[in-house]
This record gives sequence, C-alpha cells and structure tokens, in this order.
Amino acid sequence: MINSFIKKIRLALFFLFSILWLSTVASQQSVKDSQFAVVSPGHALIFPQDYGAHPDFRIEWWYVTGWLETEDKKPLGFQVTFFRSATGHDPENPSQFAPKQLVIAHAAISDPTIGRLLYDEKSARAGFDLVYAKENDTHVKLDDWYFLRDSKGHYQTEISADKFDMQLSLIPTQKMLLQGENGFSRKGPNIEQASYYYSEPHLKVTGSIRHQGKRLTVSGHAWLDHEWSSELLDSRADGWDWVSMNLFDGSSLTAFQIRGKDGKKLWAYAKFRNANGNARFYDPDQVEFIPQRVWQSPHTNAVYPVEMHVRTGEFEWRLAPLFDDQELNSRSTTGAVYWEGAIRIFQEQRAVGQGYLELTGYESALDL
Amino acid sequence: MKLLRLSCWLLQSEWRARFIQIIVAVVAIAMGVALGFSIHLINSAALNEFSAANKSLSGQSDMQVYGKHGFFDETVYPKLARYEGVKLANPVLEFTATVSATLENQNDHQLKILGIDVLRAAGISPDLLGIPAEGRPMDNFADDAIFLSPAAMEWLNLEQGDVLHLNVGLESIALRVAGGLTRARAGRRIAVMDIGAAQWRFHYLGVLSRIELKLEPHIHHEVFKEKLTRELGEQFYVSEIVDQEARIANMSRAYRINLNMLALVALFTGSFLVFSTQALSIMRRRSQFAFLRVMGYTRRQLLLQILTEGMVLGTIGALLGIVLGYGCAVIAINLLSGNLGSNFFPGIQPSIFISLQDVILFFIIGLSVTVLGAILPAREVVSANQASALKSGSEDSAMNRTQRSRAALFCLSIGILLTQLPPVYELPIFGYLAIALLLIGGIALMPGLAKLVFTFLQRYVSRYSRNVIILLTVARQANAPNQTSIALSGVLASFSLIVAMAIMVLSFRISVDRWLDHVLPADLYVRVADIGMQGGFQSNEQNAIAGLPGFVRTDFFRVQHLTLNPDRPEITLIARPIDASQPDNTLPLIGDVLALSQLPEGAMPLWVSEAMVDLYGYAVGKKVRIPVGDTWHEFSVAGVWRDYGRQFGAVQMQLSDYQALTGDFSINSAALWLDAETTMAEAYAALQQLPFSNALEITQSQQIRESSLAIFDRSFAITYVLEIVAVIIGLSGVAASFSAQMLARAKEFGMLRHIGVTQRQITLMLAAEGCFLTLLGVTLGFILGLGISLILIFIVNPQSFHWTMQLHMPWNWLLLISIVMLVSASLTAWLAGRKVLAGSVIRTVREDW
Repeated sequence: MINSFIKKIRLALFFLFSILWLSTVASQQSVKDSQFAVVSPGHALIFPQDYGAHPDFRIEWWYVTGWLETEDKKPLGFQVTFFRSATGHDPENPSQFAPKQLVIAHAAISDPTIGRLLYDEKSARAGFDLVYAKENDTHVKLDDWYFLRDSKGHYQTEISADKFDMQLSLIPTQKMLLQGENGFSRKGPNIEQASYYYSEPHLKVTGSIRHQGKRLTVSGHAWLDHEWSSELLDSRADGWDWVSMNLFDGSSLTAFQIRGKDGKKLWAYAKFRNANGNARFYDPDQVEFIPQRVWQSPHTNAVYPVEMHVRTGEFEWRLAPLFDDQELNSRSTTGAVYWEGAIRIFQEQRAVGQGYLELTGYESALDL
Repeated sequence: MKLLRLSCWLLQSEWRARFIQIIVAVVAIAMGVALGFSIHLINSAALNEFSAANKSLSGQSDMQVYGKHGFFDETVYPKLARYEGVKLANPVLEFTATVSATLENQNDHQLKILGIDVLRAAGISPDLLGIPAEGRPMDNFADDAIFLSPAAMEWLNLEQGDVLHLNVGLESIALRVAGGLTRARAGRRIAVMDIGAAQWRFHYLGVLSRIELKLEPHIHHEVFKEKLTRELGEQFYVSEIVDQEARIANMSRAYRINLNMLALVALFTGSFLVFSTQALSIMRRRSQFAFLRVMGYTRRQLLLQILTEGMVLGTIGALLGIVLGYGCAVIAINLLSGNLGSNFFPGIQPSIFISLQDVILFFIIGLSVTVLGAILPAREVVSANQASALKSGSEDSAMNRTQRSRAALFCLSIGILLTQLPPVYELPIFGYLAIALLLIGGIALMPGLAKLVFTFLQRYVSRYSRNVIILLTVARQANAPNQTSIALSGVLASFSLIVAMAIMVLSFRISVDRWLDHVLPADLYVRVADIGMQGGFQSNEQNAIAGLPGFVRTDFFRVQHLTLNPDRPEITLIARPIDASQPDNTLPLIGDVLALSQLPEGAMPLWVSEAMVDLYGYAVGKKVRIPVGDTWHEFSVAGVWRDYGRQFGAVQMQLSDYQALTGDFSINSAALWLDAETTMAEAYAALQQLPFSNALEITQSQQIRESSLAIFDRSFAITYVLEIVAVIIGLSGVAASFSAQMLARAKEFGMLRHIGVTQRQITLMLAAEGCFLTLLGVTLGFILGLGISLILIFIVNPQSFHWTMQLHMPWNWLLLISIVMLVSASLTAWLAGRKVLAGSVIRTVREDW
C-alpha cells in the first residue's frame, strides 16, 4: 500500500531528475531544443546580471557545499542547491500558472555523529511570487526556502525542512572564479556540450542550524557553483565525479570527469587557482580520478568510490570522506540517488584542505 | 430430551402437512428482506463509492477553500500558500468540457477535467497524477497534453498518443492523450491536465475552483477554519472532508431513505402473510394444542413450540432474503451502475460491500417480523380454555382478541394527526409513521368492519334473495369475521400499497408532463459548449441567431451554479427574459405572485423554486441576497415556481438585470419559436446556415420532453418492481389463507354435504367467498391506499424533495389490478376448495369426534 503510494509519487517526479541528471541527453527532445538558448565559446559573462537566472537556457543551478563547525568544534557538512529548469511549455500561455520554469531545491546536512545524510527537497513551478529564480542577480525562492545575493554581495540562504533548518550567510573572501575559458566550460567531446560556469570558492559562512531539536551556531567555509546550460552531457555519458576543494593556503581546485557507460573517462577538467589569483587549467588527459576504496550503500546497493586519488598534472590529491554514508537517497520521493559528501583532502599524508565530492551515476538502474 | 423429540416431531409433521403454505410464507419473508437488503446495499455502495471518488479527488487535504459562485480569483492562492499554519496549498481548476466526437449517448458528452499543479498535487492527491509515456516526463507540464482515467479512455475509445477533441464555445481544440491516470477509481470518467494549460486552453485564465490545504501538524482545525473563513470574507467558504461527506450524503439522503421506506413497506406486507399463515395454522390446530395441554404440555412449552415454528420460518426466510438481496444488488449494480435509475451518483462504478452489521440488522428485521406474526396468535392459544378449545367451531371466537376496533380507530386518528406535523431533519418521518399507522389501523379495523358490512349484507340479501350460495357465503362472512379479516389483511396491505404507489407515480408523472409543457414552450433549443466561465454565445453569435429567418421569437438563457450555504449542494441561477407583467407566461408559478408594481421601488425581482422556500426560507415579498457576478445583491422574491428538475433549488431573474449587474453578455443557450410557415426541417436548415453551426447542439423540445419522461420512468422503475412484489405477496396471502381455511373448514363442508349441498355448490360458494372478501379488501385497500397516496403526494414528496404536485387518479390501472385481484382470489379459493372436497364426506365429518 505505502509502497505503491511511494512509487506513484516517484513516477510523477522522476522526470525532474531525468532532466537534471540524464535528460541532458538531448536527442529525445531535440524538436524543442531550438527554443532554448545555446552555450557558445567566446561569450563574455557580465556581472551582476549573470549572477541571476537565465530562463532562456534549459537548466541552471546554484550549488553550495561547505564545511561547518559548531561551537564545540564538531564538524558538519552541508549542501544547499537550487535548480531551475525550463519546461518548453508554450511561452505564449498567459496563465499565471503556466509551468514555463520549475524550481527544485535540495538541502542536506552531513553529521558524522549520525553517520548518514539528513536530507530534504522541494520542487514547484515558478509563479505568484511564491517561487521564482530572478534575473539580474542571484535570487531564487521556493516557498520559504531561498538563496539570494544581497546588496553587499553576500549570499543569504534559509532552508526549513522537517528534520532540520539552516540560516546561513556566505561572504566572499576572494574574487569569483570563472571556470573553463572565461566561464565557458566544456562537458564533453562536442563543443555544444558545455555550460556557462563560475564558482565562488572560500566563502566565509556564519549562521545557525536547527538539528536534532537543538539550535546550533555554526561557522565555516563554503563553495558556490553557478552553472547554466541547455545541453550538457554526451549521450554516451553515464555519470560524473566532481570535486571542489577549499585548500588551507587559500588556493582552490575544481576537478571533474564525465564517465562513459563503460566506466572510462569521456571528458575531464580541472582548474587550480592559488591564493594570489593565478589560475592553472588542465586538459582532459591531464586529469584522472583513481578509486582507492569503495563503499557499498546498504540503502541502494550502489557501489561508490568514496576514497579517490585525483591527479591534476603532476599533483596528486587524496580524498577521504568525512564518513562513508553520505549517499543522498531520495528514492522515496524524486528518485534521485547520488553521493554528495564532505571530504578531507590530503597531500602525502598532510591535510591540505576540505571540500565536497559528488559521485553520480553509480546506482543500479532505477527500479521503476 | 423426550420433549425435544416431541417438539421436533410436531414441527416436522406440521410442515409436511402444510408444505406449500410454509414455502409461500418463507418466500414472502425472503422477498421482503431481499428487497430491503438489496436497496440498502445498492444505496450504500453508491454512496460509498461516490464519496470515495470525491475523496480521491481532494486527496489527503485537511481543508478546502471554495468560492461561492463556483470559480474564484486565483490571487487568493498565493495568499493561502503563505497563510500561517498552511503547510501546502494545492490549487485546482475543475470544470466539465464537451467532447466533440459523437458518442453513443447524445445527452452524455461531458468530461470532467481537473487542472492541477503536479508538483503541489503530489503531496495531496497522488491519485490524480498522470503517467506519461516513457521518455516524455515533461508531458506533465505540456500545454497540449491531457491524461485520461481508464474509464474515460474506454468511453472515448482513445489510447495514449491519440488526439482528443473538445469544444470550447464555437471552437474545437485538440489535446494529445499523454497517458493514463491509473489510480483513478474504477468507472470514474475524469481527465487531468496542467492547470496553466487548462486555464489557457479552456478560457479559465485567472480563476480556480478550489484550493486544497494541508495544515501544519499542530494547527487546531476548528480555530483555523473559523479564522480563515472570517478573513476570506463572504465570497468564500472553507470546508473539511467531513463537511463534504455530509454534503454528499445530504444530496441523496431523501432519495435513499424513501427507497428504504418502500422496502420496509414490502417487508411489512410480507409480515402480514406470515401472520395470516401462522394465525390460520394455529387456529386449525387449536384442538391439537388443547390436546397437548390436556396431556401435560405446559403453557410455556406450548408457546415455545409455536415460537420455534416462527423462528425457524423466520430464520430460513431471512437468510434466503439476504442471499437473494445480495444477488439482486449485484445484478442491479451491474445493470444500472448504482443509480437505481436516478441520477444522484453520476459517473461512478460502485462495488457491493457487505458488512456483517448490515447482514445482522436485516436478518433480525426479517426474523422479528416473522416472530411477531407468530406471537399474536400463539398467545391466544396458550391462554385458551382447554375444554372449549377442544370443541369444534371455536376457531372464530378464539380470535376475539384481535378484534380491537377501538384501538384500530385510535391508530387511524393518530395517523391522521401525524400528517399535520413538520419534517424532522428534512425527512418526512411523521409522514411515514402516519402511513404505518394507517396500514395497521386499517387492518386491525378489518374484522369489525367485515362483520358490519356482511351483517348488513346478510339482512339485505336474506330479504331479497333465495340463492343458497349467496346466502351461505354472506352468513359465513357475517358470523366469522375474524378468519375473514386474516385472509383480507394480506390483500388489504398489498392492494393499498399498490393503489398508493400507482396514484403517486401517476400524479407525479402528469405533473412533470405539464411542468415540461410550461418550461419548454419553445420549439427548438440551441446550446453550445461554455467558454470558461462564460456562456458559449457572445453578442455576435446572439445577433446571428436572433437574425435568423423563420423564427417568431428568440429567448436567451444564462445559467450558472452558485453556493448559498456550504452545507448544501449548489443552486442554479437562471437569467432569461421573463414577461414582467405576466410572469406566469414564462414560469410555472404556484401560489401568490407579486406583480411588478407591488415590488418596492428599484427592487430586482427574483422568482424562486419551491425548494428555495423549504431550504432557504425564501417567501414571496421577502428580500434576499444572492451572489451575482462579483458581489452579493439584494432581490425581492416575486413568485415561487414549481421545479422538478433541480431538487436543491433554483432561482430565475431577468436577463437584463443579470447583465446590468455583471456586465456578462454571454449566454449558454437560446430558445427558438418557429413561425407558422416554417417547418422543423426549414428551421434546422436555417440554423445550419450559421457559420458556427458545427459547434451547435440543437434539440427539439419534443426530444427533451421525451428524454425527461424516459428518465422519470427509469427513476420509478424500482417502484414498479415493488408494486409487482406487492401483488404477488397479496395473492399468495389470499392463496395461503384460503387453503388453510379449507383444511380447517373441512368439517363444515362435510356437514354441508350431509344436509344436501352439492359439491359444485360448495366450490361455487368458496369462489363467491373469495370474490366477496377480495371485493371488500380491494374496496378498503383502495380507501386506505388513497389515504396513503395523499400522504405521499402532499407530505412525503414536498418534505423530501421540496416539490409539490397535483393529484391524478390512474383509474384504468386500478380497475385492471382490482379485477386481476378479484379473479385470481376467486380462482384460488375455488381451487383450494376443490382439493379439500375431493376427500370422503364421511371422513371429514368424522373428524369432528
């Protein structure tokens, strides 16, 4: 009874993830593709406009991950993500309800004392000033959840879920980081498989979290990715490994690889920037993700390489999770299953930073 | 142990001797129980399914907000979504659209469509989520997609991927069937599409039909509801699921209870059959029982013995009835889909669910009715003086106890008094009580009345006639009125029921017929699918229609539904041109009417249906407020009209007033009068000339009349079944009591044979007895039935359904059924007599010790 109920909701909402994780396989909806804007090289990002939403593109996200510390020095990981998705609904429809844009939000807390993720999500169509992703500056709202960039350039977010809530301020301490070539970030062998992409590393975080019935004052650092695109992944792609590192010396590293269905690397990318702002860019063949230890999820049976070595050129970074079970399992609702976890970064046994690792496409085919 | 064996032996022998009568009695009980049980099952199945279907539409919401005029401005949605204590607000746009395709049933082409926001609805009504084809997840948000329930797919003969055409005003729009609604309830014909697409495609921009709310867990519902209701203002009402269930139950309550009452009447009639069978059987065995008493059987044992007989009969009958009732219900549900011919539960496919409680209830009703039928005669036997009971011929005097004319008259007068009382909870409880008392009183009065009538007849006949048969018959009836009355009770009960139902149904039918004449004066009616909240004809089309040649007059109608009281179903608002000087020409008015000049200065007249008077307390001359357009307006009630079409109330106003108040110049339908030279074919041809003729739905008033009457007849199909059952029960009553009497009177016949009466004369005498008795029964039954029908027409109907009707007598049918009763009763008596008389004369006399 409950199973069938759950299954039903999942069926209905699964499409969201088809878009976000898989659908970028564009072939099926190619007819409608023409109505979305295309990501092209050489286009200069303009700020503050590009902080805001880009409704002409099919998908977009503001993805915040970070490390927090409570007053008694206990570590917590957190993730707040707002997705925007254009549906291709007829733009002529004058209805206030016309579902031209959808907003989806994910929020999670990684607490090693609990040993698994606390997670919640929301999704709704934009409209009625209840739900929106505004243009011109970062301001995304989904009922009472929001993520915005205020006049001082500080990001504010508030999430209130059943099991937890968060009120966080994120203050940039460095210049923003344009990924790829001036924000044009390729995601595959074809030049169309790309996104506009910038990051804000080393955000200083202050705020509070309600967690296990207690309100905790927290502080820490975070990383924001803002990315938008209409066509992202190659049809041969199976998933990706992605990592962001806030290194203690003030430098930062972004690295990802797109995996093919055979498990091999289809595309890869890394960009390193030191505290002085000097960036270094790595070609796909210079970036490697080497699994060191796998962990099998008791919830989904998926097997994740939770410990990895990432090689960027001559550097090698060892990634070790805050704890193993940071699988985000929303099978009961939207059906998205991925590993999104706080990691420690080592170089030759020396802790050099903290970051977040995202592993997608490892779960067995969704049981629908 | 020995006693038990004796008891069994006595029962067995008795039943072997009276096998047929026993069967008849058991069948009568079974039929009564079956009828009641099946009606109950069908009604509760339909009601359950209807409310379950409704619940699955509103899902797991805690509260719903509705607008009183139906649709309301969507700006209230963000307000509610942000309202304190609201966890989730789910906006819904619900409407019916007209299917373009020609379907089997011309009158049935409305598809209910729900426009939903999938992402909000997922948390409240998961049953309504469409299942798109694999790889097309975005169909849930598409502007051209619709999802159909399995029943709707079957009805429209469409599959995933097909195109569904729907009419919107004069246009037809095409939607892609993107998938199914697998969780829709079986038989439910609904469609679901995106709310934004629905608002756009069907012209409902900016409006919603309801908002479903899920509240935060700690919220106190009552307080919340009260606060929200106050803050939303009078345009809205807030309801909970329980309110809606009450509303649904309310809608059909009168109808269901009336049917149940009819079933109970059938059971009641059946109980008379048991009573007469038992009474006569006991009477026949008086000497046998007296003998048992003399041999040492105690009173208690004897009473127990007779009660056991009744119990066994009752048990078998009631069980049989329950099985039969279940079978009937299953068949009826499959044939009539739970509607029982009425239209209270449209678009659903209920399935029968039996609860043990119901089974026990109906079993107990059946059993107690039987036991009651056995107790009365049993008590008499038990307290009888054994010595006199042993003697022959004491049967009649034994019945003195039931001869209670005074009590009968008391019953009758109370019954008549009860008719003056008002309804209880909008149900004609006292009306039904009065009917029961009239039946009981009438039957109890029988012996006295029979004695009176036949004594008078005897005196009269003996003076003028020398015919042996007639003399004997009359003498018998005059001097043994108790047995007579028992034979009659069945006839009386069933015949009065038939008469009452026949008069009521005919009066109703003729009244409906005349009413149709009055409400359908035009020759042709032209309709078109609505455009959102607007009627389908805008002024251009109205001018085009009004300008057609061949018509002398064209009237335009604007019809809407609105809610005055959230606990009651919607009422209908009809705006049309009404002849202000002679509203009687337009409306089937009854009672007082206010002329235009009698209205207060500047007041807008409103003509209301009878239901409005009963349900909302409207009265001629009264000032009332109803929501028209965006706000409430005051009207003066100028008259009351009869309405058989809308049981929950309807009001009519001048179209010009409506247009002035709302600025809405669209209309839903037009009535056209042909001029003298134009034929129907020419009129159709003229209408076909219109550029938008494809979208028109043209009906002749004759067709509407016919289909209305067909619906009427279907609604009353169940009462015809009841009448037939009553006839069968009545006739079997006659058969049973006569055969029992024949056996009991074997000695009498033997004696008659000895004094020279021929066998032929005796059989003739019996036939005459049957004839006389039935004649008396039919006459009394007619009087009683007339009384009951008056109660049905003037009390039960107005109180249950809020409409009145005129009395009309179905003389032909009554005459026919009386003749059938008379002939078959005489035949039965004659046949029963022949069987007995075939025996030896000597033996029958010798039985008299």
